[in-house]
Amino acid sequence: MLLFSCPNCGPRNETEFHYGGQAHVAYPESPDQLSNREWAEYLFYRENTKGLFAERWVHAAGCRKWFNMVRDTVSYEIQAVYGMGEQAPEGLTAPPAAQAKSQPLAPAEAGTTTASEGV
Amino acid sequence: MSADHLPEHPEFLWRNPDPKKSYDAVIVGGGGHGLATAYFLAKNHGMTNIAILEKGWLAGGNMARNTTIIRSNYLWDESAAIYEHSLKLWEILPEELEYDFLFSQRGVMNLAHTLGDVRESMRRVGANQLNGVDAEWLDPKQVKELCPILNINDNIRYPVMGATYQPRAGIAKHDHVAWAFARKCDELGVDIIQNCEVTGFIKDGNKVTGVKTTRGTINTEKVGLCAAGHSSVLAEMAGFRLPIQSHPLQALVSELHEPVHPTVVMSNHVHVYVSQAHKGELVMGAGVDSYNGYGQRGSFHVIEEQMAAAVELFPIFGRAHVLRTWGGIVDTTMDASPIVGATPVENMFVNCGWGTGGFKGTPAAGLTFAHTIATGTPHTLNKPFSLERFETGALIDEHGAAAVAH
Ligand SMILES: Cc1cc2nc3c(=O)[nH]c(=O)nc-3n(C[C@H](O)[C@H](O)[C@H](O)COP(=O)(O)OP(=O)(O)OC[C@H]3O[C@@H](n4cnc5c(N)ncnc54)[C@H](O)[C@@H]3O)c2cc1C
Ligand SMILES: [Zn+2]
Repeated sequence: MLLFSCPNCGPRNETEFHYGGQAHVAYPESPDQLSNREWAEYLFYRENTKGLFAERWVHAAGCRKWFNMVRDTVSYEIQAVYGMGEQAPEGLTAPPAAQAKSQPLAPAEAGTTTASEGV
Repeated sequence: MSADHLPEHPEFLWRNPDPKKSYDAVIVGGGGHGLATAYFLAKNHGMTNIAILEKGWLAGGNMARNTTIIRSNYLWDESAAIYEHSLKLWEILPEELEYDFLFSQRGVMNLAHTLGDVRESMRRVGANQLNGVDAEWLDPKQVKELCPILNINDNIRYPVMGATYQPRAGIAKHDHVAWAFARKCDELGVDIIQNCEVTGFIKDGNKVTGVKTTRGTINTEKVGLCAAGHSSVLAEMAGFRLPIQSHPLQALVSELHEPVHPTVVMSNHVHVYVSQAHKGELVMGAGVDSYNGYGQRGSFHVIEEQMAAAVELFPIFGRAHVLRTWGGIVDTTMDASPIVGATPVENMFVNCGWGTGGFKGTPAAGLTFAHTIATGTPHTLNKPFSLERFETGALIDEHGAAAVAH
């Protein structure tokens, strides 16, 4: 069982917390401009880093506030805990979600046509 | 009822060749899915100049760690089709592979503990029947008849209000399944290369032409990824992303007992599933750890909760001992369905996202993925499971529908 340091309550048992997935995934700035591909990225694609990973947790059975945490997904060592709206400390940066956009499937490869890109 | 004896091994299983300079196709990952894919590539498509590259030892990943439950009682048509096809293959494979792996069709029960569960379960039974999948609804008395050690009292925290039952479902001896496929692959000329980690890909433009490994560079015309929990690590090396999150999932066994548990019991609501292995161990699993993780172990509190549920449902287990626990890394998708098909990289294909339930899918995953690799087009059964569905929105949302909660 892991010991988490809630920024408000201090060290507490992992079971008091609820996981919120990758941190720093911003809501799209112009949702009406997004292509299907970009919507897919926003809704379904998350980093799955083997190593340092910035993620969100909520202290569900305590102060009920969200916070960010950098954790190693192999050793489970917690490297940093910081508030919502703050950035991970230097040297512990997690990849911003928007950075790594993958290509759409080539239509010939997929055997069906891809959703239109420029909606 | 007496414990089954494990089948004898054939005299010869497989060679341990060194990698050649080039192959017509390379399969990354020597778990059940990689082995089944290579088998069907060779058998159905005549592709025998192929290699399976495995970073550790053959089938030492999730294949060696799962609780071996095989069933096809999924809700949606697409899932029912692929898992039922898989179940039909399980029924003929021991003979086809000439290797008994104790596929035991002892039935799987999925318990319902709330009115909501009851309604969802009855709906699934109806959907299964329409799809030609054997399924029945059992009331608590019938549950008790089939599995006498279950506590059906209604004064417990999660009373048993009934169950869905698939009589053709069951368990198989997972290691033997892997060895059976491996032996046939070898016989058909497939190179099974262990201790060979893929560390990168060689591309010509957007087309993959080779793989870099800890045992040198190998040229190949086609690559099939069957790396389960590590698929997104490999995709990243190849320059694309997958909508996959890797989570630890653990299981445990007790010491050996006399046969007491005649079927497989799963409880979605309290989250425990139990069967008795051929030798006599009680095999139990529960839910995944909530967070992403690549450590092959699971959280202790998950075991605690699973044990509490198990002892309430099966009071007879109160004095059993946990002998061993272990974990695997499962690859989950947002719609709890696998991804089998093309990738944004030309000549590279992916089979992943089977999450917590891909052992049962092994034969169908292999058959359909081999078709896709050999022909470059989807098989009718894997077509709905394309990577594209995350863009088109044609998701196959089995979350909570597939009779498991994860
Ligand atoms: C505890 C647990 C219980 C489960 N219970 C069930 C169940 O009851 N029923 C069911 O249907 N399913 C179950 N599953 C899920 C099932 O085990 C998986 O969905 C299935 O095994 C995945 O396919 P696979 O067998 O090929 O994966 P694996 O056996 O994990 O094969 C992937 C292989 O790829 C290799 N690999 C990874 N990276 C590289 C690389 N870079 N180079 C070379 N090789 C690499 C790995 O070493 C591994 O051997 C369970 C899983 C776990 C962990
Ligand atoms: Zn708190």
